[in-house]
Amino acid sequence: MIHFKRLNDLLSRKYWAPVSAVKEHKGEAMNTLYNFVSGPLAWVAFIIFFVGCLYRLIRILVLVHKKEKYIYTYMSWKYSFRSILHWVIPFATVNWRKHPVLTIVTFAFHICLIITPIFLLSHIILWDESWSVSWWSLPDSLVQAMTLIVIGSCIFFLIRRLISPEVQYVTFASDYIILAIVAAPFVTGFMSYYQWFGYQVFTILHILSGEIMLIAIPFTRLSHMLFSPLTRAYMGSEFGGVRHARDW
Amino acid sequence: MLSAENWDWETPEKLIAFADWNENFAWIEEPHVSCDGEKIAAIVNIAEGEFSVCINGETWENAFEKIWYPRFAPDGRLTALVSEMGEWTVAVDGIAWENKFGYVWNTLFSEDGNHIAVAVQQDMAYCMAVNDTPWQQSYSNMTNPLLSSDGKRTAATVQVEDFGEGDIQKFQEGVFTAALDGKPWNTKFVNVWKMAISPDGEKLAAEVRVSLYDYTIAVNGRPWDKTFGCVWEPIFHPKSGSVVAPVRTEGAWTLAEDGNLIWDRRFVQLWHQMYSPDGNKLAAIVASKFGKWTIAVDGKPWSVTFKDLITDAAFSPDGRRIAAVAKDDQKWKVVVDGAVWENTFDMAWKPVFSPDSKNVAAKVEKNGKYTIVVNDRLWGHECETIWDPIFNSEGDKVLLRSIEDGKYYRRVITVNDL
Amino acid sequence: MAEPAKKVEEKKIIDEGLEMGTEKLTQDRIENVINRVLKGESGARLKAYVDTCIHCGLCSEACHYYLSQDNDPRWSPVGKVKQTLWEMIKKKGKVSPDFIKRAAEIASTECNLCKRCAMYCPFGIDIAYMMLVVRRINHLLGVTPLYIQDTAHSHAATFNQMWVKDDEWIDTLQWQEEEAQGEIPTLRIPLEKEGADIMYSVIGPEPKFQAQLIYQAAVIMDVAGVNWTMPATPGWDNSDMAMFTGDNEIMGRLKRAHFETAARLRVKKIVMGECGHAFRSVYDVGNRWLGWRMPPIPVVHAIEFYYNLLKEGRIKIAKKFEEAVTLNDPCNVSRGGGLHDKARYVVNAICESLVEMHPNREYNYCCCAGGGVINCGPPYKMKRVEGNRIKAEQLFAAKARGAKVLIAPCHNCHSGLEDINHHYGLGMEIKFIGDILYEAMEKPA
Repeated sequence: MIHFKRLNDLLSRKYWAPVSAVKEHKGEAMNTLYNFVSGPLAWVAFIIFFVGCLYRLIRILVLVHKKEKYIYTYMSWKYSFRSILHWVIPFATVNWRKHPVLTIVTFAFHICLIITPIFLLSHIILWDESWSVSWWSLPDSLVQAMTLIVIGSCIFFLIRRLISPEVQYVTFASDYIILAIVAAPFVTGFMSYYQWFGYQVFTILHILSGEIMLIAIPFTRLSHMLFSPLTRAYMGSEFGGVRHARDW
Repeated sequence: MLSAENWDWETPEKLIAFADWNENFAWIEEPHVSCDGEKIAAIVNIAEGEFSVCINGETWENAFEKIWYPRFAPDGRLTALVSEMGEWTVAVDGIAWENKFGYVWNTLFSEDGNHIAVAVQQDMAYCMAVNDTPWQQSYSNMTNPLLSSDGKRTAATVQVEDFGEGDIQKFQEGVFTAALDGKPWNTKFVNVWKMAISPDGEKLAAEVRVSLYDYTIAVNGRPWDKTFGCVWEPIFHPKSGSVVAPVRTEGAWTLAEDGNLIWDRRFVQLWHQMYSPDGNKLAAIVASKFGKWTIAVDGKPWSVTFKDLITDAAFSPDGRRIAAVAKDDQKWKVVVDGAVWENTFDMAWKPVFSPDSKNVAAKVEKNGKYTIVVNDRLWGHECETIWDPIFNSEGDKVLLRSIEDGKYYRRVITVNDL
Repeated sequence: MAEPAKKVEEKKIIDEGLEMGTEKLTQDRIENVINRVLKGESGARLKAYVDTCIHCGLCSEACHYYLSQDNDPRWSPVGKVKQTLWEMIKKKGKVSPDFIKRAAEIASTECNLCKRCAMYCPFGIDIAYMMLVVRRINHLLGVTPLYIQDTAHSHAATFNQMWVKDDEWIDTLQWQEEEAQGEIPTLRIPLEKEGADIMYSVIGPEPKFQAQLIYQAAVIMDVAGVNWTMPATPGWDNSDMAMFTGDNEIMGRLKRAHFETAARLRVKKIVMGECGHAFRSVYDVGNRWLGWRMPPIPVVHAIEFYYNLLKEGRIKIAKKFEEAVTLNDPCNVSRGGGLHDKARYVVNAICESLVEMHPNREYNYCCCAGGGVINCGPPYKMKRVEGNRIKAEQLFAAKARGAKVLIAPCHNCHSGLEDINHHYGLGMEIKFIGDILYEAMEKPA
């Protein structure tokens, strides 16, 4: 069984060095490419991701400090969390309830999107190899399912963008690109996992697309990952502390 | 102002009944007292559509169809705005001015009380009238009436061109200007707001808007060279005659003198700038940060700040001290030279310095009763009404004017007794 | 529904203010102003909102325009941002005069700044704020609808909304005092009473067209034994259309006059009539521009004031209003001030039966008159009325459950709903809370 063989490879850490396989089939070039994307490029991607996120966050806070200091005076932990909490619980807000399918998809998508790469065994092994840190992993079958959920969600979002007039109207090429950036690591990961064809290529593409996504987060609208807690907290504080009204 | 030296500073207490006036009238309106405390007066309703003013228990000889805005002039004369046969005018000590108008309002007094001015409407034309003499010109509208402190000059914003409602183009071309003693400037502006008359009476400065977006100060009709995002009302230097006004530049406020920025620091807000009497110091109410209010002296803010409000700031006569009223969380406070008094109040009025600048007193309200606080010490009486305290020229005595148990008391108390 | 849901035929609306302003535009000026506002005046908020929006369209169903226009995406909140601000940002201000004109139309007459969409956006993006940024740009470019611009001029010249002159204001108060003395002979409208507990403030249209509201307020104050006053100077008007034209400087000037008048009169509170936008202006918009975190003198909206009077027993109800009523929660005092529960306490205290409309409270649909839209005047009346078919449907549903009278404790709601009432043949009577309270309360015989 491919599945079993793959897992075995992983556990015996052969996975980490697809060198022999690569050498046999494609030779040096592929090997070099693999080493590049999983080595220096990964470093670059993680650095850009972390530094980029930090930079964007600091910059926005500095900008608040410089030009809209008053915002700080209205921020309230209580109302920030009251608001955030309502919006991170499925169906806890009027609008989530209005769109049950979208709500389920959105939550499933985001949960899987974040959980899957972190608790995927093969990723943990990579961490372990490089940094000697490891943590608990999810069973691969579950990860597979979660990967499919992410891919399925992306398809759902794509279809929504294509057919739902209110979404279609505000959709730009960049929205498709962003969607593709998010879907790509999962699609390629899925492909490489099953080793159906072009395994090495997909492994490299998987790593590459993951890196692209990391780099894209701070500098595209994927930065909603960084800013949405802030915008939500501000609106929550205004509604709770000043307007005495619900914002969900 | 009546020279306080000539007032009775010896009699410790004088009493005038007030509440029992009620028996003679349908109702009595809010009482007013003269500066020297010798007179208490109120509008009284005699019968339906018949009003008079009762002063120390004596009613004016003349009754009017309607009376409002009774105010004592600083010289002790009692003025009120009165209506007879559908016409309005000013009555001084019960005697109506000879000129009658469509409407009069906004009574103004010169410092000595010799000059009395009002805003006037006659046949939908507007002007001011001083001592029973209206301006020669009148205008289709007039706002911001002003009387110089010596009473010799009057000024107001006037509309010099008519425009229909909805004629936004004409409005934006400018239809307003300022008039000094009724004579308009040659320049027209989109808006003209509050103004100031120079100590020598020769110059009139006003905050103006030259387009929908450009604000500046105009002096005798000539705008400053520079425009700003916004401005507030100007003042004159008491000696040099230069003009200082708050201006907004790049989203922050500072002070400008004759168009040039004079304070380095920028503020979230800055207004009510004032010179010390000798003109050596310049202070203003400022918000040093968003929601933090204080006073800045020569550009440097006090360290103490208040959340809600700071108002009624005043220099001491020697120019060395500043007192103001502040508010924090519904508590009103008196703050002197950056130090907050320990007593807090439900309401506090403008603090008054003694002529020697040593003592500070203010009218305050606590639990629905009024009293006086001097140098943070409360006077023991809880009054139904009280008026601002007045120091004698030596600064050792205070004149207290209050109503207790329906009786009006005029008391003279030594500062040390408080 | 009295009228079939049909696609609104789009007629070209000619607005002199927009035409005149557009004619004067140059490419340089447009670019200059847009960049000055985007880079100079606005900051982190706008940036975060633009960068965070993932174009999901979830705000759409919050908007009464969108719902009333058969879910046409051009009317969705984010759709309006797309047609205005995004384009300005994308093109770095290089947009055409016609684009500016259309942006003015969208921001000023197709959005009520009701902030309902802020409750529907998962990220809490404040599209009303973004529309205000567009209005600010339009203001600085001189492209603002004629009627509301004229109103802003009135504010600037007279410090009130209706070109009411200084003497006319006082005269009106004295006239209403006299009128009310016909009912209660000792009643007074105390002018310039320094040290009163409360300064009562109203909006310009009250002295101009609806003086009976001042009469009613005076009776309520008198019967409740309130120590109150009204100013005889500018500063009496709490309304603020400058806030809605993007003329922040005039907005600040008005609010300064209002609060300084209250401070001069040494009142502890400002009580304001049943107006929504004025509450917004004094409560959390105008005051902020001036540097006041909260109003320096507390502002009490009429709803809360009535609530206090009834709760404390200072006003007693002689006879409750019999006909079933429904209550329209105004955006600016409900979503903007949390007064919906107090409004219900008051309505239940003075009326026999309250039939809720749905949605209600913070979730209520906007009347489509607020945010300065009704103040853009007759040219936009049909757009406004047809843009709120959903409100008519909401009201028909309440009517079907027995509601005969519609209470709207806000001037803009009142006028906007009156137009909807007529256009859709709703046949409801529209009242202020004060109208009913005045009728229902115990008064001296």
